[in-house]
Amino acid sequence: MKYSPSAGLGKLLSRFTGMGKKYGVEWWILVAGALIIIAVLCMAAFASHIAPFDPHNQAAGPQLAPPGGKHLLGTDNLQRDVFSRIVFGSRTILGVAILAAIISSLCGISLGLISGYSGGFFDKMLSLVMDSIYSFPGLILAIAFAAMLEPGIISITLAVAVIYIPTYFRLVRGQTLSIKEELYVEAAQAIGAPGKTILWKYIFPNVIATTVVVFTMNVGDAIMIEAALTYLGLGLPPSIVDWGMDLAMGKKFLPSGQWWLITFPGVMISMLALGFTMLGEGLAEILNPRLLER
Amino acid sequence: MLFILLSIVFVVIRIMPGDPVSSMLGGHAPDSVIEQKKEELGLNRPLIVQYGDYLLQICRLDLGNSMIFNERVIDSIKMKVPATIELTFFGMLITLILGILLGVYAADKRRSPQDYAIRLYGIVIYCIPVYWLGLMLQMIFGVWLDVLPVAGRTGARVFVSMFEKTGFYILDTILVRDFEALKDVLIHLILPSFTLGLTLSGIFIRLTRANMLDVLKADYILAAEARGIRHNRVVYKHALLNAFVPILTMMGLQVALLMAGAVLTETTFSWPGMGRLLLERIYLRDYPTIQGVIVIFAMIVALVSLVVDIVYALVDPRVRY
Repeated sequence: MKYSPSAGLGKLLSRFTGMGKKYGVEWWILVAGALIIIAVLCMAAFASHIAPFDPHNQAAGPQLAPPGGKHLLGTDNLQRDVFSRIVFGSRTILGVAILAAIISSLCGISLGLISGYSGGFFDKMLSLVMDSIYSFPGLILAIAFAAMLEPGIISITLAVAVIYIPTYFRLVRGQTLSIKEELYVEAAQAIGAPGKTILWKYIFPNVIATTVVVFTMNVGDAIMIEAALTYLGLGLPPSIVDWGMDLAMGKKFLPSGQWWLITFPGVMISMLALGFTMLGEGLAEILNPRLLER
Repeated sequence: MLFILLSIVFVVIRIMPGDPVSSMLGGHAPDSVIEQKKEELGLNRPLIVQYGDYLLQICRLDLGNSMIFNERVIDSIKMKVPATIELTFFGMLITLILGILLGVYAADKRRSPQDYAIRLYGIVIYCIPVYWLGLMLQMIFGVWLDVLPVAGRTGARVFVSMFEKTGFYILDTILVRDFEALKDVLIHLILPSFTLGLTLSGIFIRLTRANMLDVLKADYILAAEARGIRHNRVVYKHALLNAFVPILTMMGLQVALLMAGAVLTETTFSWPGMGRLLLERIYLRDYPTIQGVIVIFAMIVALVSLVVDIVYALVDPRVRY
């Protein structure tokens, strides 16, 4: 038997391409998305090593210098290096989006489980409230929240998190309602298992698969909403580095032709959102039974 | 459902930390002045009384008075609604045309390179932020090529007061027969509506494609092909007409996204609509107007859902309430 690292790597690689052959293009979409996400995560984690300048340094170079030379992506009107701001901005956007998605999923899943399982008046009322929030334009709700709270990481995270709770709620509640009718749940109830145990041991594991897919799409959406909020000047104070805010600032210099101020933050936002969306799409295709192929 | 939305708006605005009255008075007013202002605005009454008042006012469409400017909220909103409706209408038009055509084509040529390319386009365009696409289009067409205007509804040489009647500039200019102004208004509409329409087309393509795939599997499609009807006619006439009803419902559900996109597009293109009004008043901390605009948005959402339900019931003979 071969135990060498190269053989191990070869086996991993063949497993990899094997999945690709089995699932076709969806696997490669998933891989592409995952690679983008990992790249940005590394950028965020090693930001201080990658960025040549401090993102707040207002004397990094000449004002409004075009990309090239020492400043890979140019400088802005406050003489800050654009590349450094992008590298450090990834921390803000990833942090807020992932945290918001976690909060959303925790609230939405627990509410969905409880509501679907208990039924009755509580379920009806909660469903009505959730449906109303779900149908309302998410961004406008987020704007309202962010406007009411003081600018800060917590405020913007909460503003983004609130919008997605109904999505998880609806999904989990629907599944809970159908799983509730299964025989093994009835059996568990018959032997006297408390509701909490039933929810946790029987129903929750069944809803996880779809929830993971929704989670990745959620993070993608959260990135877009966070960037939109900071672009509008809400949610975060100017002292925190963020791509959306850079876009808003760069907008002023568009007529005079300084294109690099808005191009690069926008590309990064799109790419990151794309990464999560592709991951979600790939996961959705693969986790679904192949029999339901369109 | 509208009732719940309105209640949520009320709760959100009241519950949030931060005192609107003191910030309105500049933050340094003495307590007695703040109390007096609160009394004036009726903010000292019990919450349930304020809630009842709020609901009654909405029934009469009286959204209160602006805290900052000396005008009624409903008046300031009334001026901006046609602008937003014009923008969203044309944006929706572009979304529909692009989305349906590309979606049907992708469904028709399933699992071909064109199908994958269109699906990829759909995903990518959805991930591009609306405002960034707007800025890029402004850069390309407004700055580099300099063929299209980048801001506002009309140009500098057009005097709006000469034709403004309904607020819908396209209608107004036609009514007054001022075709120069009409051309100007249309040219100003191009970039914003394209920005809005392109971004939403991604989702529409995916939904249309999914619906079309379901329809194309049906027996009557196979029968039509077997009878010798040309393939294109089968797809674009018979299949599309049958898939149209779910597409229509989807259109209604996209209105929420359309409005969200409109808010961002209006800021990017300095379009004088409801979205920009909302943001302006947020910066000014004019809470009655903010509340009023959100109430109007909620009403629009509820209205569109109702219309979609009705149209669905009318069009599909199998659906009966």
